[in-house]
Amino acid sequence: MIGEIETLSKSSGGDGRAEEGGDEQFARQDGALKTFKELNKKPTHHRFGLGRTEGIVLISWGFMEGVKLLGTWPSPFSYRVIWALKLKGVKFEYVEEDLGNKSDELLRCNPVHKKIPVLIHGGRPVAESTVILEYIEESWPQNPLLPQDPYDKSVARFWIRFIEDKTPVFFRFCHSTGEQQEEAIREAKKVLKTIEEHALREEDKFFAGDKIGLQDLVFGWLAWLLQALEEVVGVKLLEASEYPRLHRWVQNFRAHDVIRSDLPEHNAMLAYFKRIRETFISSSTSAV
Amino acid sequence: MAEEVKLFRTWSSPFALRVVWALQLKGIQYETVLEDVAKKSDVLRGYNPVYKKVPVLLHNGRPISESLIILEYVDETWKQHSLLPQDPHARAMARFWAKFGDDKVMQSIWTAFVSEGKEQEAALAEASEHLQKLEEELRGKKFFGGDNIGYLDIALGWLANLVRVFEEISGLRVLDGERFPLLFAWLKEFSDAPVIRDCWPSHDKLITKFIALRQLHGAQSSST
Repeated sequence: MIGEIETLSKSSGGDGRAEEGGDEQFARQDGALKTFKELNKKPTHHRFGLGRTEGIVLISWGFMEGVKLLGTWPSPFSYRVIWALKLKGVKFEYVEEDLGNKSDELLRCNPVHKKIPVLIHGGRPVAESTVILEYIEESWPQNPLLPQDPYDKSVARFWIRFIEDKTPVFFRFCHSTGEQQEEAIREAKKVLKTIEEHALREEDKFFAGDKIGLQDLVFGWLAWLLQALEEVVGVKLLEASEYPRLHRWVQNFRAHDVIRSDLPEHNAMLAYFKRIRETFISSSTSAV
Repeated sequence: MAEEVKLFRTWSSPFALRVVWALQLKGIQYETVLEDVAKKSDVLRGYNPVYKKVPVLLHNGRPISESLIILEYVDETWKQHSLLPQDPHARAMARFWAKFGDDKVMQSIWTAFVSEGKEQEAALAEASEHLQKLEEELRGKKFFGGDNIGYLDIALGWLANLVRVFEEISGLRVLDGERFPLLFAWLKEFSDAPVIRDCWPSHDKLITKFIALRQLHGAQSSST
């Protein structure tokens, strides 16, 4: 049986850390599976933003089979894993990490990089989002997210590697001003042009055909995060007229049932990236 | 039906060497096409239009680029002598550490090699931290893949010859037996393994090449 709890808004005290199950005993309270530790302390609260609706976190019965994801809003690395799990119909517990106050669990499960996302399955952690995606694909074969053919798989992996390689260019676009930003804009447009000309076919709805796959999930931030960056910076990169295939892919991606039920809220992202941009710019000018 | 397997490579590319090892370990017949880094062929550019780099594996007319991706393709296409383990978690670990090797270990060692002063000290310290993590990964194992050479050994194989080249040129101590006994032992096991040992590029030629690269890098950074 699966217990359900409703998530509540995150307290400013940063106590949004979920407790680990470990060897602790479980008990039910109001139909929800909780550890004795949880029952005895103040409720921990965390918001799992789903736009206008509250997030629901499902805790699976039996710790050893459990799937837990340590992530953070609005990280694109986090979201791609959430989407993959949902596309596969895998029930999982989501823990919103406070990156300014990382949990012991995160530090223990990813001691090398100390970063999110981390997937913990049956107690064993996997880190690095693209590694996690391949792990999900191999552990839950239903609804394949990679092509079966080794060559087609290698093409998907190539593009996944490509966009991972080029992502920093877009963050530079957000963080910089003046000549540095001009340079970032030029590089970003080259990246978009490469995707337009080499990665997308006219007849395909998604990167690998009619069905959404890992490649779409990894490119996904171009369909929701990029727009927030463009608005914060005041420069449009992905013009529909210049990149018609990419523009069409963005619409298809955003319209997908699983994706659209789980997109970070636009205004919240604007506020978030505006703050980040201001922080970067003021720290670089004060360093001069 | 005869299969066409061609590998576009340069004489020294450590990335291309990964593919050579994989093909040799699996006993696959292939043709080598040697490319000149300074003057890449139109054919190569056609097969890898995005990066225009080696290695590119051509299998029955279809090109695959990026060495780690090629390794996975080779492993999935030719099943003998498996490179990746079967268990999804073990596969995830191998991929994680291969990424770590390229993103962190290679980056820090390269920076230590081409820089000077404080920057070099910092890079060397960082490299040592990363190598320590690899050292721990080897605990209880002869190879990263266990008893046999696997995907991660191949991915990290560049350590077995390039680090010696860098140390010889720069006088730096990067990977020594005192601080990293397991890694040091692994370097030797890997280097001397059949198939692997037949493929190393000429040490002297590598010395010449990297002296020149180091000077070029130094000249570029001092002119900015």
